[in-house]
Amino acid sequence: MAISREEVLHVARLARLALTDDEIERLTQELGKILEAVGVVSELDLADVPPTSHPLDLVNVWDEDVLRDSLALDEVFANAPARDGDLFRVPPTA
Amino acid sequence: MQLKTRTKMFCRCPVGFGAGENTQTCPVCLGFPGALPVVNRAAVEWTILLGLALDCEIAEHAVFSRKNYFYFDNPKGYQISQYDLPFCIGGKVLVPTADGDRVIGIVRAHLEEDAAKTVHVGGRTGRIRGADYSLVDFNRCGTPLVEVVTEPDIRSAEEAKRFLQLLRQTIVELGISDAEMEKGTLRVDANVSVRPQGSDELRTRTEIKNMNSFNFIARGIEAEIERQIGVWESGGEVQQETYDFDAATGALTPHRAKEEADDYRYFPEPDLVPVEPPPELVERLRSELPELPAARIRRLEAELDLERATVLVTGGLDRLWQETVAAGAEKVSAANVIINAPAAAAIASAPAPELVKLVDARDRIPRTAFDEALSKISEPGFSADPYLAQEAVSDSAELEPIVARILQENPGQVAAYRNGKEGLLGFFVGQVMKETQGKANPRVVSELVKAKLSRSA
Amino acid sequence: MAPVVDTLRLTAEDALGLVERREVSPAELHGAYLEAIGERNDELHAYLRTVETAEGASIPIALKDVISTKGVETTAGSKILEGYVPVFDATVAARCKAAGLTLLGKTNTDEFAMGSSTENSAWGPSRNPWDPALVPGGSGGGNAAAVSAGLAPWGLGSDTGGSIKQPSALCGNVGLRPTYGTVSRFGVVAFASSLDQIGPVAKTVRDVALLYSIIAGRDPYDSTTVELPEPVQLPDAERLDGLRIGVPTQIESLEAIEPGVRAAFEQALELARELGAEVGDCDLPISYRYGMPCYYLIAPAEASSNLARYDGVRFGPRTEAATYREMVERTRDEGFGAEPKRRIMLGTYALSAGYYDAFYGQAQKVRTLLIREHREALATVDVIATPTSPTVAFPIGDKAADPLAMYACDLLTIPSNLAGLPGLSIPCGLSDELPVGLQLLGPQFGENLLFRAGHALERAIGFDTVPTRFRGART
Ligand SMILES: [Mg+2]
Ligand SMILES: [Zn+2]
Repeated sequence: MAISREEVLHVARLARLALTDDEIERLTQELGKILEAVGVVSELDLADVPPTSHPLDLVNVWDEDVLRDSLALDEVFANAPARDGDLFRVPPTA
Repeated sequence: MQLKTRTKMFCRCPVGFGAGENTQTCPVCLGFPGALPVVNRAAVEWTILLGLALDCEIAEHAVFSRKNYFYFDNPKGYQISQYDLPFCIGGKVLVPTADGDRVIGIVRAHLEEDAAKTVHVGGRTGRIRGADYSLVDFNRCGTPLVEVVTEPDIRSAEEAKRFLQLLRQTIVELGISDAEMEKGTLRVDANVSVRPQGSDELRTRTEIKNMNSFNFIARGIEAEIERQIGVWESGGEVQQETYDFDAATGALTPHRAKEEADDYRYFPEPDLVPVEPPPELVERLRSELPELPAARIRRLEAELDLERATVLVTGGLDRLWQETVAAGAEKVSAANVIINAPAAAAIASAPAPELVKLVDARDRIPRTAFDEALSKISEPGFSADPYLAQEAVSDSAELEPIVARILQENPGQVAAYRNGKEGLLGFFVGQVMKETQGKANPRVVSELVKAKLSRSA
Repeated sequence: MAPVVDTLRLTAEDALGLVERREVSPAELHGAYLEAIGERNDELHAYLRTVETAEGASIPIALKDVISTKGVETTAGSKILEGYVPVFDATVAARCKAAGLTLLGKTNTDEFAMGSSTENSAWGPSRNPWDPALVPGGSGGGNAAAVSAGLAPWGLGSDTGGSIKQPSALCGNVGLRPTYGTVSRFGVVAFASSLDQIGPVAKTVRDVALLYSIIAGRDPYDSTTVELPEPVQLPDAERLDGLRIGVPTQIESLEAIEPGVRAAFEQALELARELGAEVGDCDLPISYRYGMPCYYLIAPAEASSNLARYDGVRFGPRTEAATYREMVERTRDEGFGAEPKRRIMLGTYALSAGYYDAFYGQAQKVRTLLIREHREALATVDVIATPTSPTVAFPIGDKAADPLAMYACDLLTIPSNLAGLPGLSIPCGLSDELPVGLQLLGPQFGENLLFRAGHALERAIGFDTVPTRFRGART
């Protein structure tokens, strides 16, 4: 199960990783091998098997609509890379 | 629409406007490492309640999913939404029209979380492109949001508006959202496509976003219909695209393109478990459903007429009308007074007995006194009596010279009226009312105008 | 001044006794461990940082660096969280605090708990106390090395594919991966949400049971937690009469299992028979062929989404750039190491349009089969026994260049993890003078059963948890 360089680039864009050429090269090789190994799951005919997204058989876990404390502003911004007043600052979109 | 729960969808930070920036946030709604969502039960119940009001089937097994995309208003890098297993499936809304009920199909209604609010600072245009930087306030982030998707059943801009007014009124009456477009607690994306007359097949659709009033929605859709017809008729082809409607200019501009927007990599949210609404819960909610706006329009139509019934019901004024009529007011007059009241907010909570007095005295007292009374009718201790004591000028002898002068000063309008533009009657009456500072009895004035114009014909 | 205790041999239970009898104060005990850390951490690199003052009335604990600790830097072994100081405690950290445990420090981990050797830590590898040229296992290699070298009486780790059980085996500790849902994940830096579980590492089964009783139970901040159906029982029985132990027949043909590991495992089974257990066969045909592929689709898929929040907007370092998008891409490129990148890529691919059904969707169905086959196996036996790791500790650098070889380390721990079942690893002997782990798997909420079996076997095996090279050393 090979993965093409273009697919790797596409996935890197989706995942927001600015990969170097070396990384792209290496990942194309590695992901190809890994996909080949994990691809064996397709051997199984599982048309009638339901998927499991969770190992626990739980439903209806919820909380009442009652306030709890929010953070103080110094906690909100304790680890912020760029604070502007009481707002988070980010570079422009384009 | 944003639900007006006390707390957010997946954390117990408060929901609402006006607090200091980023003061209604916590590790969960800021997406800090290790934070986990916990479902707000009220939000689930309200979504089911809305689903029942929209005649949907309530899912026996509903699942939250992650919708993955990067943007700075989306702190976790995914929005918790619903994908293939939403709470509400396959309903309908009946829109009463003169030709029977139009049935607008509902594909689904699902529950998700709102994104943060962003401000774009600097730049030439002040819009996203060209901004110097952006600022993010996470107070709104995580507010419960219900998304309702309709079938492509709406046939005109006007019908879209009527449907939305009805839907909005339903939401408001359920008490689950303020559903105010101006505040963004109700938001509408309209998908527009056209087809040649007689064809069954809708052509490529486009989406319009950011319309913040029902009138803008109607105008935006109208503009897009025109544009699409123009494109097709000039031999072109409509491209699937998203537009922002600019209310100020009425122009449609292409929406910022989210790259890889169609690959959201949905998968079931592993930090939450499925919801299987217990049948008792669904039945309890069903029993709490009020009579729905569409049904009330049909009921009122029998006593009034479709147009007035629709305006009363979608304005949330039909109960007041009924009380006023029950207290002795004439039906059409009461409807007209309520519908045309100068301050819509004030009239909504008017005491029926005082309103009856005003409806009855409508033509007898000066228009200025009448309007003032209506605007104050909801103030505590309001009494109609002082206004009723005032007397409009109904004396023909006193009003005739004024009417004559107005007709003389407007020969063009007189000629037009006589050529069949009878709508100008209102213009003449208005001029006389202005002249008398609202003290004339409009009914008497109207009769005088009519008499004079026909006499000299 | 001579140290107040010999931390190399001290179990948590004994340490608790010392504190309760007021023979040693919590601060003195904390100090003794800091001293041991001062002596041996430079070589082992078990801790990334320590906490100097004991804030608690009980004994110390080490927490893996994926567990958020209010006011104490938490990096998950990643540069992308360098300098990140949580403003809240993980529920497990809060429960430890409430029990009076004093935080000794944060232990090393593979970046985002992704790895089986702790070599993927952005802060450099940890080393195995039995032989510092070898890995301690991973991702919780820091914890395992700390407990084994007497740098902590016990610790809390996280286990997604085997990150508690496998390093416990490689370092000669006892480690429990609890039933999924019995321990809160709130505040633990997420790797793969449907698999991550927090659990104890210690020198004895009783210590592990005790720590489990402190952290387990429903947490209103984690929707996937449940109350324990029965309280935790500290095991004391020494016999295993009537216990049915099943050994998967498939184990026999797994070439990855080293002969020395197999020998130690067989010997443990023989002891179990002597203690009164019935040792027989069971069948897990899907587990060892499809468990690992299934895991390496599900875990990366969830990880790719869980790691999307590291975008340089609200916390963590940021690589400045002219546009938002470039900032995010560069922050992530510089912040994540090779293994998280590999898994983010793999997971994004497995979830992406056109591949979901063949990969992620198919893996979820395989997961259903794994759950079924474990349930069927556990209908005929009480516990399942396998070696924990196919190999003993291997040299640093040996598998670092081959992702698939590294992934194979968790061949035996992964299937039951996918099924959400509890697993206990206890040391069962040596191979090439290195510890071998025995894995005992039980039914959902079967921890007490595992503790009973583990404790009796542990007594019978009589494994000396102090690494040979430290025996006879003063501290
Ligand atoms: Mg949506
Ligand atoms: Zn919050």
